[in-house]
Amino acid sequence: MATAMKQRPAETDLIQSKENQQQNMVLHVKNLEIFYGEKRAVNGISMDIEKNSVTALIGPSGCGKSTFLRSINRMNDLIPGARAEGEIIYDDLNILSEQINVVALRKEIGMVFQKPNPFPKSIYDNITHALKFAGIRKKSKLDEIVEESLQKAALWEEVKDRLHKSALSLSGGQQQRLCIARTIAMKPTVMLLDEPSSALDPISNAKVEDLIVELKKDYSIIIVTHNMQQASRISDKTAFFLSGDLIEYDITDTIFTNPSVKKTEEYISGRFG
Amino acid sequence: MEKVSSAKDRLLKSGQDWLGGEFRGKALVILCAVIMISATIAITIFLGTKGLQSFIKDGISLIEFITSKTWNPTDKANPKYGTLPFIFGSFAVTFLSALVAAPLGIGGAIFMTEISSSWGRKILQPVIELLVGIPSVVYGFIGLSVLVPFIRENIGGLGFSLLSGTIVLSIMILPTVTSIATDAMGSLPGALREGSFALGATRWQTIKKVLIPAAMPSLLTAIVLGMARAFGEALAVQMVIGNVKNLPSSLLDASATLTTIITLNMGHTTYGSVENNTLWSMGLILLVMSFAFILLIRYLSARRKL
Repeated sequence: MATAMKQRPAETDLIQSKENQQQNMVLHVKNLEIFYGEKRAVNGISMDIEKNSVTALIGPSGCGKSTFLRSINRMNDLIPGARAEGEIIYDDLNILSEQINVVALRKEIGMVFQKPNPFPKSIYDNITHALKFAGIRKKSKLDEIVEESLQKAALWEEVKDRLHKSALSLSGGQQQRLCIARTIAMKPTVMLLDEPSSALDPISNAKVEDLIVELKKDYSIIIVTHNMQQASRISDKTAFFLSGDLIEYDITDTIFTNPSVKKTEEYISGRFG
Repeated sequence: MEKVSSAKDRLLKSGQDWLGGEFRGKALVILCAVIMISATIAITIFLGTKGLQSFIKDGISLIEFITSKTWNPTDKANPKYGTLPFIFGSFAVTFLSALVAAPLGIGGAIFMTEISSSWGRKILQPVIELLVGIPSVVYGFIGLSVLVPFIRENIGGLGFSLLSGTIVLSIMILPTVTSIATDAMGSLPGALREGSFALGATRWQTIKKVLIPAAMPSLLTAIVLGMARAFGEALAVQMVIGNVKNLPSSLLDASATLTTIITLNMGHTTYGSVENNTLWSMGLILLVMSFAFILLIRYLSARRKL
């Protein structure tokens, strides 16, 4: 009896802290498995992604981190034979469900790819492309969003005089920031970045990294990276993937200074991968 | 004692290299190129000199030749050499068939590359290859025995008409347009599609606003190549168009094109006669037009490099 009484406050504490945690989380991944045809690429992972923070996914090539990332905004739907089991809960809704309108989902969970992929159109049209589909037609409103998102992507000063020039005339780093800008323009909740600076030179890379840190004020960011220094510089939490398993997921400092799994330490110190 | 060769012996160019395979191979491919170039130049020069005879030797006015509506070369007292109806016929069937084939071909290409790449390709690809392989005389024959009576009975006129020629040509150039358009759409980087989808664009929005604009120069090239083929086609058109000398006033009127007049009259005119020379002049017009089509394609391809 006495022990039960003692336990109760502890239990409520636990529940409360869990609720707090729930509120600070933007995504809950539960037993997520992803298959390409017969092959299983992700083996039942569970993790919670924090709001307004940068979560880095690291691991050797083919470990399933990009596959996982692409499942969050259902980009894997485009790959024939790919399917996902388990749950990704976003705003109390399982986004892996058949009933999800993926087009609407991708407006809330935007994605930037490894290789900058601006459309062969003007800088301005690159940003307004998806806005027009979202029903924004007014020129003044479009102008406003274009400037705002280019400002946020730290590109405005460089391109404000040539908004109607082809986006392909920009440098690789500028193109990537334009791709980030056009994702920002959609005002997403979550931004998925798939090795966004691996194709860039060190200076552009630094700019993109600064930008990511800046962006976490407004967005929850999940970034796949092969660059350990990048993960340690910009992320708040880091998840280490290996052969489709989530090996370790913790605060970035802990992962890089005091990992609890030996494999993580070996990978981070460059002993394999 | 072992022979020690110096770097001088091994690495310096010697005169003997010229006689080796390198030289023979190079000579062979140069020869091929020279034959192709000289054949083209020879045809151009020949057609140029023959085609200009009617204007220089026979004194026909070029303006009259191109703009006059009356074609009556056999009238001994007052022969007329106006080819406007044929030039008009050629352009009319070319543009009309492009108008039909372009949307069909590009639509088919989008279906194959964007909508149903697996089974779409499995069925549509062989169909297109088959269409290319059918000889033009067969198209003409089918047009003559099916299309012409159908139009006569259900729509009106003689059946031999601009409309029949347009329909036959549309089907003939459809595979050209479709296959080039398919290559154009298929060679667009997948990143473009992903980029658009990731922003929450639907498939149709992506096709309409990203993919078609990105492929536009190549799609235009596809259409122009189809038009070049339509412009030069003689046999199938000749079998269904009716071959009359008058300017057609409607789609259902019989008509003629430059190519059909040449093939019809080449056999029964005397070489060197005025009428024969005017046929060469029409051939020259065809050549000039095909150069124009090539220039247009070059211009469009140059625009592709953004």
